[in-house]
Amino acid sequence: MRRVAFTANGTRHDLEIEPRELLVYVLRDRLGLTGTNVGCDTSSCGACTVLVNGESVKSCTMLGVQAAGMEVKTIEGLAHNGELHPVQQAFHEHHALQCGYCTPGMVLAAVSLIDSGAATDEAAIRHGLEGNLCRCTGYHNIVKAVADVAGVS
Amino acid sequence: MIPAGFDYEVAESVEHAIELLGNGEDTKLLAGGHSLLPAMKLRLARPALLVDVGRLNDLAYVKEEGETIAIGALTRHKDVASSPELREHCAIVSYTAGHVGDPQVRHRGTIGGSLAHGDPASDLPSVILALHGELVARGPGGDRAIPAGEFFTGVWQTALAPHEVLVEIRVPKLGAAGWSYTKMARRAQDWATVAVAAVVHGNGSVERAAVALTNMGATTLRATAVEKALVGGASIDDAAALAADGTEPPTDHMASSDFRKHLARVLTRRALEEASRRSGRRARGG
Repeated sequence: MRRVAFTANGTRHDLEIEPRELLVYVLRDRLGLTGTNVGCDTSSCGACTVLVNGESVKSCTMLGVQAAGMEVKTIEGLAHNGELHPVQQAFHEHHALQCGYCTPGMVLAAVSLIDSGAATDEAAIRHGLEGNLCRCTGYHNIVKAVADVAGVS
Repeated sequence: MIPAGFDYEVAESVEHAIELLGNGEDTKLLAGGHSLLPAMKLRLARPALLVDVGRLNDLAYVKEEGETIAIGALTRHKDVASSPELREHCAIVSYTAGHVGDPQVRHRGTIGGSLAHGDPASDLPSVILALHGELVARGPGGDRAIPAGEFFTGVWQTALAPHEVLVEIRVPKLGAAGWSYTKMARRAQDWATVAVAAVVHGNGSVERAAVALTNMGATTLRATAVEKALVGGASIDDAAALAADGTEPPTDHMASSDFRKHLARVLTRRALEEASRRSGRRARGG
């Protein structure tokens, strides 16, 4: 076991975990943050995407111990004072989901993309979301939602 | 999928990592973890000890040194992709780093981790080979530079000794040489089915050419027949037709061996056409 301290959604956690525990299971099973979904579990689908120090990461391909000292943000930490994050609001307005399974990861990948300044046009948004798969193939509305927030057409 | 149990140590310095590597044979370095952790989850790798070098930030850099660009082994793919020095002087490296995996992979994965993993299907080994780059390894006895042509020795095998840490990758400035990295992958996240790195020197006629193939054998491979034909004055079409000569690519769920040979010829032609369009002018990579 190993002692690890990190911040999740602004709250500091000090945990005893096994080195082999993946970040996604630390978040889900130890902290109860079950908004982060496990999809393929092979770093392909992006459903488990969270932000680590502001950047999108697939939490099935990171050890919990690697998060020591870092700031992790999950879908539960995105809304502020009861107000949806602009990307969440845009997903709602553009109906950018069907079954919703990919949505938490897709939203956080979009936040990372927009914050990095790389969401410069539709093609860049599609390229920037290539790490996230939507099995319902609802990409058009997802891209529209992200473009809306990024202020590009 | 959960990795088998292992011990975990955080390296405070390269020297500390070298010391920890000396503790046992079954020790692996962990950088970004985007090659190693998937392998450990599949239980294809079961190290007894992981030494985390991912926090050695002094090994994350890109700097100009005369006619060479030096890249710290722990530079993440996204920082390689956006490096102004590489985009100006050796854009095949920044372009290719920007096409490794997907954004999440590029946020965590490092150039050194990718090269030291020695996967014949990953993108950067072919680029470093086509550039005649050097890989600097640090061990108990100091540093040694390994030419890219001697570094990749088999599937997941490299010339790194058990106590050595890859610390730097050195590539030449390309000047007016043309370049291309042309990849076929079914999805962004997939390893390349086949890819081709090409670097062509010369304006009009080809003075020097290097072509390296991804996922066409146990390691990245030079397509020497193509290189010789180009220097001998062959057309791009005729040279590219030789791309699969002497190769024995694998058959797997992505492609058959024969299809890989076909892809090698087609992608080599496209890569040479792109390199030739870029040759003679300083093209900035994406």
